[in-house]
Amino acid sequence: MPVTEPLVLGIETSCDETGVGIVRGRTLLANVIASSMDEHAVFGGVVPEIAARAHVEALQSTIEQALHDADVTVEDLDAIAVTAGPGLAGALMVGVGAAKALAVAANKPLYGVNHLVGHVGADVLRADGTDIELPTVALLVSGGHTSLLVVRDLVDDVQMLGETIDDAAGEAFDKVARLLGLPYPGGPHIDRVAADGDPRAIAFPRGLTLPKDMAKHRYDFSFSGLKTSVARFVETAQAAGHDVDVADVAASFREAVADVLVRKAVAACQAYDVPRLLLGGGVAANARVRELAEERCAAAGIELRVPPLSLCTDNGAMIAALGAHLVARGIAPSALDFPVDSTLPVSTVQV
Amino acid sequence: MGQSGMGDRMTTILAIDTSAGTSVAIVRDGEVLSEHSIDEIRRHAEVVGDLIVRCLSDAGITAADITDVVAGRGPGPFTGLRVGIAAAIAFAVGRTIPLHGVVSHDAVAWGRAEPCTVVTDARRREIAVSSYAAGGVAHRVAGPTLTTNDELATVADLADYPECRADTISAAALALRAEAGLRLGIDFSDHRAIYLRAPDAVPSAGPKKVLS
Repeated sequence: MPVTEPLVLGIETSCDETGVGIVRGRTLLANVIASSMDEHAVFGGVVPEIAARAHVEALQSTIEQALHDADVTVEDLDAIAVTAGPGLAGALMVGVGAAKALAVAANKPLYGVNHLVGHVGADVLRADGTDIELPTVALLVSGGHTSLLVVRDLVDDVQMLGETIDDAAGEAFDKVARLLGLPYPGGPHIDRVAADGDPRAIAFPRGLTLPKDMAKHRYDFSFSGLKTSVARFVETAQAAGHDVDVADVAASFREAVADVLVRKAVAACQAYDVPRLLLGGGVAANARVRELAEERCAAAGIELRVPPLSLCTDNGAMIAALGAHLVARGIAPSALDFPVDSTLPVSTVQV
Repeated sequence: MGQSGMGDRMTTILAIDTSAGTSVAIVRDGEVLSEHSIDEIRRHAEVVGDLIVRCLSDAGITAADITDVVAGRGPGPFTGLRVGIAAAIAFAVGRTIPLHGVVSHDAVAWGRAEPCTVVTDARRREIAVSSYAAGGVAHRVAGPTLTTNDELATVADLADYPECRADTISAAALALRAEAGLRLGIDFSDHRAIYLRAPDAVPSAGPKKVLS
């Protein structure tokens, strides 16, 4: 008999956040996150080796803090879940090595799960106690991912509609922030200065939206050309001796990103006849992305879900939630010898 | 009680080392109850769980019987090295038992009758070396440090002893070294990885120009 409200500890180390979360069924009990973001700032982006080192340093305290916050012991757990991919291989290995040893030490079943599906699983943890509604289209946008999925079942029916063919959206924010002399990570700073700018001041390109792109890349994204376009604009202005209006550039760039993201997500909802859109990943914190998603979803009759930010950015609670969902559905645990997979496809929910 | 809190406490040590291949062992009172190793250098995260299970099974004990965990601190290739340390941390947290860190080179010197300089590959045409003034107790007098094969002969302390090149590390030897050391009150509380190199990354020099 499957446990209906399983107590699960989840470990997430796919990028620069060491996340350990504990859930009981659909109830969040703990969500502890240690980030190495500050250590990456001088490099302008996540350095995999620095991230992996930080994971090992943070492991013990994050696991202990999560157990403390949830007021449970390892013996109480019904299962352990861990991100098996996609993500940075060396970073993933820290979490997977730890999760395996923890599972053996506590004699608990282990579930190796998909990071991106975990982002969708975060919506299982609704504070109001309602159930996640499926099918849903999910737009997952962070410094590492820009993915559009349609999720019909969290266990066995997740389909990738499209993803970025070059930079992730969050990466584009970081790079453009650097062009404009703003700190890392770029998202919050672009948001801040864009508030005073005109989003229509400069017509930056919307990647992969032209008719010629739509056949092959209808739901894919591209932000590399946009970043280069911003760089050209800034350099051209500087070469001509003009002051660059940072607020206008930031606002126009942000508008281009938000427009493409939301346009393609809404198009997917309509094409697949799915009246729900879930926003996940750190870029869900971006004010304009949220605002535009709210506007266009409301106009199209699509219900928009945005989990709390602490469950949108990478975290262990969403991994625990997905693990708990698998346990409750009576799915067998993963074999103990699974490898990490830095390019794990979303169709593989559990390894 | 001894200085380390060990005293005469009978320990059953689980040792995990991934500084070369993946090696796991269980040791009690000077006796190796079980040891399993896989020499492949890219499968640490895959195999570490099963190796622990097999060691427990062969030793005829359960995880609850383990009293201490020992992590091999390296030096060794970083990506693999971390897997064993992460596993050791998690096992110790999972059972609420002490975690000790031991320099992986100590396992090579351990049990050798003669003084030696342990040499392991550090990639990029460099080697990691540690010198031990006496065999048996793994009394490390220098290292671990990075050098090259050409320079090894010129480094004081390191060049004084016969070279002992190793491409595998035994978790059983690591556990025996820890057990003996703990009884002597040696402090093994530092279990951080010994990297010997800073991460490869250069601070951003500002945005790249796109117009020539």
